[in-house]
Amino acid sequence: MSDFYSVFWDYYIAIISIVSVVGCGVFLWMQSKRTVKVKLNAQGEPQTTGHVWDGDLQEFHNPMPRWWILLFYITVAYSILYLVLYPGLGTQWRGVLNWTQLGQYQSEVKSADARFGPIFAAFAKEPVEKIAFDPKARQIGERIFLNNCAQCHGSDARGSRGFPNLTDSEWMYGATPDSIKVTIVNGRNGVMPPMAAALGDKEGVLDVANYVLALSDSAHDSVRAARGKEKFAACAACHGPEAKGNPALGAPDLTNKIWLYGGTVAAITETITNGRNNMMPKHGDILTEPEVHLVAAYVWSLTNKPGAAAPAAAPAAPAPAPAK
Amino acid sequence: MNEAVEVKRSDDPAARVAQASEAAGEPAAPFREVEIQLYAKRKEIYPRQRIGDALGRFQKWRWLLVWATQVVFYGLPWLQWNDRQALLFDLASRKFYLFSLVLWPQDIIYLTAILIIAALALFLFTAVGGRLWCGYACPQTVYTEIFMWIEKVIEGDRARRMRLDQEPMSVRKFALKSAKHGAWIAVALWTGFTFVGYFTPIRPLLLELVTLSVTGWSLFWILFYGFATYGNAGWMREQVCKYMCPYARFQSAMFDPDTLIVTYDGERGEPRGAGSKKSGRAELGLGDCLDCNLCVQVCPTGIDIRNGLQYECIGCAACIDACDHVMEKAGLPKGLVRYSTQHALQERYAGAGIWRHVFRPRVFVYTGILATVTVALFVAVAIRIPLKVDVIRDRGALAREVEDGRIENTYRLQVMNTSEQPRRYVVSATGLDGLQVASDTAFDVSGATTQSVLVRLQASPEALKPGSNKITISVAAVDDPSLKVDEKAVFLGLGR
Repeated sequence: MSDFYSVFWDYYIAIISIVSVVGCGVFLWMQSKRTVKVKLNAQGEPQTTGHVWDGDLQEFHNPMPRWWILLFYITVAYSILYLVLYPGLGTQWRGVLNWTQLGQYQSEVKSADARFGPIFAAFAKEPVEKIAFDPKARQIGERIFLNNCAQCHGSDARGSRGFPNLTDSEWMYGATPDSIKVTIVNGRNGVMPPMAAALGDKEGVLDVANYVLALSDSAHDSVRAARGKEKFAACAACHGPEAKGNPALGAPDLTNKIWLYGGTVAAITETITNGRNNMMPKHGDILTEPEVHLVAAYVWSLTNKPGAAAPAAAPAAPAPAPAK
Repeated sequence: MNEAVEVKRSDDPAARVAQASEAAGEPAAPFREVEIQLYAKRKEIYPRQRIGDALGRFQKWRWLLVWATQVVFYGLPWLQWNDRQALLFDLASRKFYLFSLVLWPQDIIYLTAILIIAALALFLFTAVGGRLWCGYACPQTVYTEIFMWIEKVIEGDRARRMRLDQEPMSVRKFALKSAKHGAWIAVALWTGFTFVGYFTPIRPLLLELVTLSVTGWSLFWILFYGFATYGNAGWMREQVCKYMCPYARFQSAMFDPDTLIVTYDGERGEPRGAGSKKSGRAELGLGDCLDCNLCVQVCPTGIDIRNGLQYECIGCAACIDACDHVMEKAGLPKGLVRYSTQHALQERYAGAGIWRHVFRPRVFVYTGILATVTVALFVAVAIRIPLKVDVIRDRGALAREVEDGRIENTYRLQVMNTSEQPRRYVVSATGLDGLQVASDTAFDVSGATTQSVLVRLQASPEALKPGSNKITISVAAVDDPSLKVDEKAVFLGLGR
């Protein structure tokens, strides 16, 4: 931008503006002093200017009332006042009020913070388990969710292929409010390496795929599944020997029917062969701490019932607080 | 019409004098010239309001309209309807309450229709009756009439007012002027208060006014409209019509030679003169105009109607009332100044002839369009149902596969219950074999609110063609199935 900018343009703008405003004032003053020749009628009253068009269309002299020109002077005075108060003459003159767009924005943010800050702060002090079922907190949380999370997870939080469903029972990184908050603040990068080489060949991949399907009692080829069981040792490092997953790594549980990339043989084969690289972006820079707290409560409320969760979580809740 | 005015004016009176002198065999005197500024001080106008004991015929009409419009204006905001103000334009919550009707921003189309009707009604009435609006119904005229009445009661009529203004300041003058402006300001503030009462509930506002606790925008707008009323009706008066009002100028475009205007019958009236008691007017060679100047004295815009049609004339017919009164006293036929048309004056016809000329193409065209738009508006309001639905498909997600292999799409429905009762609605979807609503199908929306409702639709993959599939999402009220809205939407399949 600055490549195209020089101080010349400030003066260019300023001079044109000032000359125009002053010129308007001078022109008005000249017009207020100006006289025209008007013909008198038989009674000696001013009648026409003598201008005639189309044979009989005459210009009569109907002077405007004097206050009319005052309105124009007011516009000139207004422009001068405006240019004194506000930065209208290039960047060299900032105006008496020192007004900027950024300043305007910041002051509006400040007044909004002053207005909404206490509401957020009050909720931020309460544990997630408690505010998750407060209708007001939930409404705020839902709004934050719709603005920041729904693009990927869907406005119903049910996700889609590659974007986890937040309303089901599976939590790859743990279901506790704290782990949800960590996910939101820092993001997650889930990597499943390509396993084709480790499993030997295409046949090996297909065997493991059928074994994985067998884990959740899905339709599978039992001969291949039996062979795949042995080869699954390569996968157990992350998914665990019982394939229950590992929240520390974000390795999903393979024993349920919840599939992030599809539960067909083709989709699972693809996953094993090429691996998956999944990324949840960090929102710590975008959302404030109380906002993270409220949206985490909303997400947590999607998979927890008010009656059941609150008492169970109550003893656990004070624990994270002193830890911080 | 500006052209017509100027042409007409050029006939009068200078040209007429010139013609007369030419006819008398004298050469037309060469015009003298003066140097004049482009702006002039306004000349104060002192319209005379009463001639004789009774109100004139057209003055009665004007007062009738003053009462009719002001009873409606000052009275309407006080009416209640189902525990709320019957007429309230609630800008903050973007809802207009009109008796049983609640209009939402989406209903702005009705406002368009009302504006078209107002414009066409102006065209029609102006084409037929000239500046009827200006002369009888315009707020500027109505409030000026009220303010002039106050002025007359306190300061007296024309002659006394002129004398008072000439006098040096005295205790009496100061008292009269203060009383007048005090009364004006009181009416103006009440007008401003009433106006604001259309936009914010008037009863609580009155309480605030009485306890002097009105603040913020309400106070600003009360003072603003109060000041506008006081300034326009008290001080500006005819200047509003002459220099500020766009209607005044563009009504000219709707005039034609068959439009009713206030006219002076020069052929009958001229040569004007007071005459004498001894000899009859005929013997002196005088026309019917007594040159009493009353038509000039009563004119609120300060013109002489005998100079012909002028752009300043607001068609108030005060001069007709004045002239008729004088003609009656003098034992001459009324109607020297009367409602007539340019055409009728030229061809010397009246009454039935003028009526016959009302039926002309532009009148038919205006009437036709006006009737069409009016009927369309009434039909549209009559078949309007108090339910609006917008379907917003989830933008981020295309489609998802759910556990049993069915394909799911997510939508957000903006459901607007524009009635004032809470209602329960049922959502359904059609357009694909086996299309189902997987989320809750029924939901409640409280009265006059908008609710965002999440709807998940599922279809089997076999029923879907690749890409988008057209479907219809319907929302219907449980208690009244006629309250049903069908919205088009698309259902996306999973491309593989």
